[in-house]
This record gives sequence, C-alpha cells and structure tokens, in this order.
Amino acid sequence: MKNKLLPIFITLIFIIIFIFFYKGLQNTSIYTPQTKISNKIPSFKGDLFYSDETINSSNFFKSEKFYLLNVWSSWCVPCRKEHVLLMDLKEVKKLKVVGINYKDKKINAENFLSELGNPYEKIIFDQEGIIAIEWGAYGVPESFLIKDEVIIKRYIGPLDKKLTEEIKSIIK
Amino acid sequence: MKIFKLFFIIYLISSFNNLEASNDDIKSKITKNLRCLVCQGQSVYDSDSEFAISMKILVDKKLAEGFSEIQIYDFFKERYGEWILYDPELNKNTYILWLLPILIFVIGGAIIIKSFIIKKN
Repeated sequence: MKNKLLPIFITLIFIIIFIFFYKGLQNTSIYTPQTKISNKIPSFKGDLFYSDETINSSNFFKSEKFYLLNVWSSWCVPCRKEHVLLMDLKEVKKLKVVGINYKDKKINAENFLSELGNPYEKIIFDQEGIIAIEWGAYGVPESFLIKDEVIIKRYIGPLDKKLTEEIKSIIK
Repeated sequence: MKIFKLFFIIYLISSFNNLEASNDDIKSKITKNLRCLVCQGQSVYDSDSEFAISMKILVDKKLAEGFSEIQIYDFFKERYGEWILYDPELNKNTYILWLLPILIFVIGGAIIIKSFIIKKN
C-alpha cells in the first residue's frame, strides 16, 4: 500500500508544479494596467494653476461636455510631442481639455505653455504628485477621457494621431 | 530637584522618540508591501522614483488622516489593482498558492505518521 501511494503522490505533485510553471512561462511579468475602465472619478482637492482658487472634484467635471484630463509636466519630453495634438483637440467643440501639472516648477510650466501654447481650460497644480495618484496615474503623460463624471477611457503614454482620431470618434 | 528635572526632560525626549518611531514603523511596513509600478521589482520603500516618492507622501497623509493599514491598501487597490500589493490576498486566483503548502504539509505528515504506525506494528 505504502509503496504504491508514494510514487503516485510524488508524480501528482510534480505534474501540478509543472503545469503551474508551464502556464507561468506564458504570462508576461510586465504589468499592463487596464485601459478600458468605467469608474467614477476619484474625489480630490487641488489648487488651480493660474489662480489661488482651490477646486473640488465634485464640481470640476460638471458640464455636459466630454473632458480630457491630461497629466503633463514641463520636464517630460514626450509631453512636448503630444502638446501639438492637444492644441488640436482644444478646437473640438464638445470637448474640454483640462490638465494636471505633475511635479513641476511653476516658472518652467509657465514657460512651457507660453512657448507651445495653452490647450488647457483649467490646470490643477499637483506639486507633490498626489492628485495624479488619486487618479491612478503612473506618470507623465497620461490622459483620461471623462463624461458625466465617469472615466470612459485612459491613455497611458503620449497621445498620437491615431488616438486623437479615436477620441474624436468617441465624442461624435 | 535638579536631578528630577533632568530625568523628566530625558523621559520626555525619549517618549517623543518612541512616538515618532511607531508611526515610522507602520509607514515602512506599508510602503514595503506596496509595489513600485514604474520600477518593477522594487517596493515603494526601496525606490526613489518620482512615483514612489509621491506614494510615500500619500501614505504619510493618509496615516495622518487616520487611515488604517488595510484602508490604505484598499485605497491603492481600487486605483491600481491588486497587483500593487506584494502580499497576495486569498481569492479565486490565489487560493492554490495559499492552500498548496498546507496541503503538502498535511499529506507529508500523514505519510510520516503512517510509516511510524507501520514500523510499530
């Protein structure tokens, strides 16, 4: 009895371990977050960039329009490339582009905007990077498409031509 | 009297230190269990990336607001998914991970006990 049971157990355990490792081989170890989400916007408080006004999440996304919340910074190189596209999106009627200025110096950010133009209707000044984390952002640049206080879609990394077309088609 | 005063001052200073330390302990315990998502393979505690620095500030703030450890984990889990925690929870994806060692331990124990009984007989 003992002699029969032991090999069966050992082979069984080996088979289980083999299946686990074999399955694990196919999984990527790099974490890719979900891009299609429909979550309520997080609650946050922050200061606005050009005024000392403190804003609250509950009255920030009130309008009927779509919002594109863009996390950006003057020290971020891809943001520079993305900026032209944001200027383009600014012209879209049903869309409001708002920004979170992430871990930036105010002077640098102002220079950045005066050099490349300001696509943002409002900018939240996030010097400690805390508001970006409240949003579940990873870094800069990152964009959230919002409608009726719900995040429809998030874009990690810089936007490109294809993605801006996608945004435009979603809005229509 | 002077000695009393001196002792009192030393006591005060040492008690302040304790207060600080206990708060730091919880903070480092939490940040060690949080995964830095932009520098994978490191915990937030170990990392000095911009992301990790912000996370540390946020953990500090939440602790000051009176959040418990579990509430802070829930806060991050809601935003970044369960992957952000190093310590996996028991759920349908991880139950084998948690139960397999116990199962092996029980089976192994059973085999050993059985072999003892057979030897005695």
